[in-house]
Amino acid sequence: MIPLVPFTADPVPEPTGNVWNWDFAIEIFPDILRAFLEVTLLVTVVGTVIAALLGLVIAILLRVLPRPFAFVLRWAANFIRMTPLVVQLLVLYYGFTWMDPLTIGFIVFGIHYATYMSEVYRAGIDSVPKGQWEATKALSMSAGRTWRRVVIPQALRSTIPSLGNYAISMFKDTPFLFVISVAEMVRVAQTIGAQTFRYTEAITIAGLIFLAASYPTALLINRLEKRLAYAN
Amino acid sequence: MPTPTDPEVPVIEFVDVEKRFGDNIVLKDLNFSVRRGERVTLIGPSGSGKTTILRLVMTLEELTGGYIFVDGEPLTHREKDGKRVAVSPKEQKKLRTRIGMVFQQFNLFPNMTVLENIVEAPIHVLGQSKAEATAKAHSLLEQVGLPDKADQHPLSLSGGQQQRVAIARALAMDPEILLLDEVTSALDPEVVGDVLNILRKVADTTNVTMLIVTHEMSFARDVSHKVMMFDGGRVIEEGSPEKIFSDPSQERTKQFLSAVLRDA
Repeated sequence: MIPLVPFTADPVPEPTGNVWNWDFAIEIFPDILRAFLEVTLLVTVVGTVIAALLGLVIAILLRVLPRPFAFVLRWAANFIRMTPLVVQLLVLYYGFTWMDPLTIGFIVFGIHYATYMSEVYRAGIDSVPKGQWEATKALSMSAGRTWRRVVIPQALRSTIPSLGNYAISMFKDTPFLFVISVAEMVRVAQTIGAQTFRYTEAITIAGLIFLAASYPTALLINRLEKRLAYAN
Repeated sequence: MPTPTDPEVPVIEFVDVEKRFGDNIVLKDLNFSVRRGERVTLIGPSGSGKTTILRLVMTLEELTGGYIFVDGEPLTHREKDGKRVAVSPKEQKKLRTRIGMVFQQFNLFPNMTVLENIVEAPIHVLGQSKAEATAKAHSLLEQVGLPDKADQHPLSLSGGQQQRVAIARALAMDPEILLLDEVTSALDPEVVGDVLNILRKVADTTNVTMLIVTHEMSFARDVSHKVMMFDGGRVIEEGSPEKIFSDPSQERTKQFLSAVLRDA
């Protein structure tokens, strides 16, 4: 369980009036970074793993389930995708009060983004040429081997960049965790501001950490996209 | 009970086969059979349903009427109390593993190496050991003239080389029936001969039953025991290649042959 207000440094007694105070910024940086690592990054990583796996499961089920079941699943996924993340966080937070808020964060971020990622996978699966399916049938390959060895590896090639972009979106959505009182990075920064009346440093540092994490990730995805396109 | 080696039982038998796509009837009242080891070439204008026949045998298309028997057993449906009843997936799979197909567009798995393409089904469908399947794959690659390509990926190979790998992949399953669906139509003219020579060798050295759709009339003449001329979803003429190619009885066959042979 993450403490709601981890910041314990001495409040700066008198605002100096400067727009930016380096000493103060350096003093609060470790607390904000810790909130980033312990909450923001953790939720993003766990949420992405859940979303990537569950999204794939949903995409495959939509292909293999008998029509009525697939129909229900499709509408459940649409419903989740078409309602705001914040509402879903609040519903679980007030509906399942025994649940740890951070766990709720994992579940909601994971499931919400799984519905988006399932669409990406669906497009990837649809892009596998019909001839590949026919070849697996001509070789009498089992459904399991067909998916595992032929369809999924080929579908993933075109989906990885989009999945990465959704992971970045999820990352940038983590401040919504404030509605269920999880001390993620922006909330910690805001609390520091509220206690010291110095918001500029805290919020700026939080923003810069976001940028420092998203930008290299986006570059990486870009490179990956180019490499995959080339290998195709 | 017919067994796969019973010489009296046709390897493939079509009984009153009908295939429609929506309202469009592609094949109607089609009856023919293929004996063990027989090589039959289907010729005819495009749209006459030749490829559909191969795809029906491979169960890539749904049979909309009639029955297909492989080794005397129903492939898709059987007649029971006067009704067509679908066979179980298990029964169908048992028959399907005896059938191999080579496609016009090769359809190799681009995410696997050449070797992985060839050993996948022998290991995971037939249950061969990895060592056994690999040794067989290498000898097949030798046979198709690509002994040094085992570790390459298909997309790094030329079209002709890919099709040779696809032939090796189909043969690795030891099929009783080999379906060849316009296997040279997507190839550059100068490599067509290589691929056809490999298939001639397969025809000479094995007893595999072949059902062939091709526009290569000299190949058809060389390898087939029987040629069937299709038009409008029906067989309008059939006979030995000598008979069909040198002395066709139907006017439509003459027209068709003179058109394709002028091309060649």
